[in-house]
Amino acid sequence: MTTAAATTIKARQRPGDRIFSSATVIAGSLILAVLAAVAIFLLVESLPAFVAAPDEFSGDVTNFWSYVGPLVFGTIYSAILALLMAVPVAIGIALFISHFAPRRLAQGLGYLVDLLAAVPSVVFGLWGIGVLAPMVQPFYTTLVDWFGWFTLFEGPVSGTGRTIFTVSIVLAVMILPIITAICREIFLQTPLLHEEAALALGATRWEMIRMAVLPFGLPGIISASMLGLGRALGETMAVAMVLSPSPQVIFQLLTSQNSTTIAANIALNFPESHGVGVNILLATGLVLFVVTLLVNMLARVIINSRKAFSGAN
Amino acid sequence: MNFKRFGRPLVIAIAAGLALSSCAANEGDVATTGDSPASTLTGTLNGGGASSMDAAQKAWIAAFQTANTGVTINYEPSGSGAGRKAFASGGSDFAGSDSYMSTEELAGEFATCAAGSKAVDLPVYISPIAVIFNVEGVTDLNVDADTLAKIFAGEITTWDDAALVALNPDATLPSATINAVHRSDDSGTTKNFSDYLGQTAPDVWTEKASDTFPFQSGEGAQGTSGVVSAVTNGTNMIGYADASQAGELSTAKLQVGTDFVAYTPEAAAEVVAGSPLVADRAADDLALDLNRKTTNAAEYPLVLVSYAIVCNEYADAAQGELVKAYIEFIASAEGQTVAEEAAGVAPLTTELEADVAAVLATVK
Repeated sequence: MTTAAATTIKARQRPGDRIFSSATVIAGSLILAVLAAVAIFLLVESLPAFVAAPDEFSGDVTNFWSYVGPLVFGTIYSAILALLMAVPVAIGIALFISHFAPRRLAQGLGYLVDLLAAVPSVVFGLWGIGVLAPMVQPFYTTLVDWFGWFTLFEGPVSGTGRTIFTVSIVLAVMILPIITAICREIFLQTPLLHEEAALALGATRWEMIRMAVLPFGLPGIISASMLGLGRALGETMAVAMVLSPSPQVIFQLLTSQNSTTIAANIALNFPESHGVGVNILLATGLVLFVVTLLVNMLARVIINSRKAFSGAN
Repeated sequence: MNFKRFGRPLVIAIAAGLALSSCAANEGDVATTGDSPASTLTGTLNGGGASSMDAAQKAWIAAFQTANTGVTINYEPSGSGAGRKAFASGGSDFAGSDSYMSTEELAGEFATCAAGSKAVDLPVYISPIAVIFNVEGVTDLNVDADTLAKIFAGEITTWDDAALVALNPDATLPSATINAVHRSDDSGTTKNFSDYLGQTAPDVWTEKASDTFPFQSGEGAQGTSGVVSAVTNGTNMIGYADASQAGELSTAKLQVGTDFVAYTPEAAAEVVAGSPLVADRAADDLALDLNRKTTNAAEYPLVLVSYAIVCNEYADAAQGELVKAYIEFIASAEGQTVAEEAAGVAPLTTELEADVAAVLATVK
């Protein structure tokens, strides 16, 4: 036993190592396989819809693209409206929790917001028709009476309040927790030195947030919004229950006829559809898949282009 | 390690829970059917189709399985079209359907049936469709087909429209906008509502009957419950829904002949009994050409009829026996009562029951 001529030290592979490494490889490739399987399934099942005969569509619609057009519009319209409502509120809540609230209250509030994320969407749907819609209907009537000259608030007002505006409020509540949670995490990561430097220069707390926290958190806010948008785009149950749909492109927010969303349309019409009808619905699903993919890619591009300024990725 | 100590009993408990909870839950609390002798029927029946009958089918299955403990019946509410398709391709033993088989479907093959044998439509489920409304201060409303069609097509938009006032001289109709609610999902209720208006008010209701509401007017709501809740919670509302679900809401009277007829289960069953069979079909096919244009004030023409579709002769005689026994039960007075209690259907008239029973007697 003099010298151990250690040329290359080969790691001893215990069974555990091999099992674990192959398990991670399998798990990693599984996600690709699942995604590919879904995409292939949608593609194959959609093909008949693109060449479907005009009489397979109801009403005046004669081809797939004029069928799916209003649905794509409704999907994006409602999701963006929801985002417009949710993001400012979410940033506010996140700032309150991270910078304003006393520590004890902040923690409780954080849990409470997370709890909101655990409420099933069907419950939000019931709340939407049972509570929210009747509550906001008189408000809608006033809005149409006063601002009816403005395209978005044009009448006739819905008698039940089950409009795309109500749906957007419900969606906003649903995506609020996810946006809030991410924003809060990002804001908490703001380097303390930046904050202290701003305060030392005489900034008020609001100025400190504007100068140090928000610029640092911007990419995070964007990615949080995109995650929220993704959820809003795909939301099915709440929209199907609350919205009073009509197969047209409609910008008005408060009428009985509203553009519906792809997911809600599938949920409503799948149970009684058969033959090519099923293919048509699945093809709209493919369109939703593509739209969601584009949104996510866009979010990635935005985040990556701002990566340099932030450690929050 | 904690997991090892508690893990094993936990796994056993979960496994036991899963195993136990998989027992049938649909043989529950339905009154057992008297002192009938123990049944000798055994086997499994698979059916599928119209979701309108789902509630009734659940009640029928529960009652039938309670009386015949050896039988398991599954009914999948996959929609009428899907149900007929599955039946024709041999995927199920019987189908439930809101519309009778088309001539093309009848000309095709039926994989479940014996070679060369065909299938027949048997009316087993009558559900009146009520026109429900919620207008403050109005409890009675008379409408004729033309007015009703115009309301839902968006041509009449206010409650004090001259046509409505003329039909309801005694009512104080507000000068408010009519909010007409229709189904936003595809449904047999819409198809029958559309069919009624298409036949009785063809000038206004120009679209052909389909599961989808044909006009781009009014407000959509999901499912019967969605329509009922929209009408209940909204203001100045009108809608159509399965009569059994109308609840506390006021229902409109439809003009039949010169009278205005409120919906009753009897009047609904009456119009079905008074309807002729569809011409040019096999004698034992009881497909009905619903007499929507009836002028008999004892009949309420806005009804939905669902059929059970069965083979004349089954490839598997044992399955044939089972289907026969089950559909016989459905179409019997007892079966109809079960469905009336569970789903609010209008029971078949005794003549129609007898007709269905006569056809079933020949099913093998």
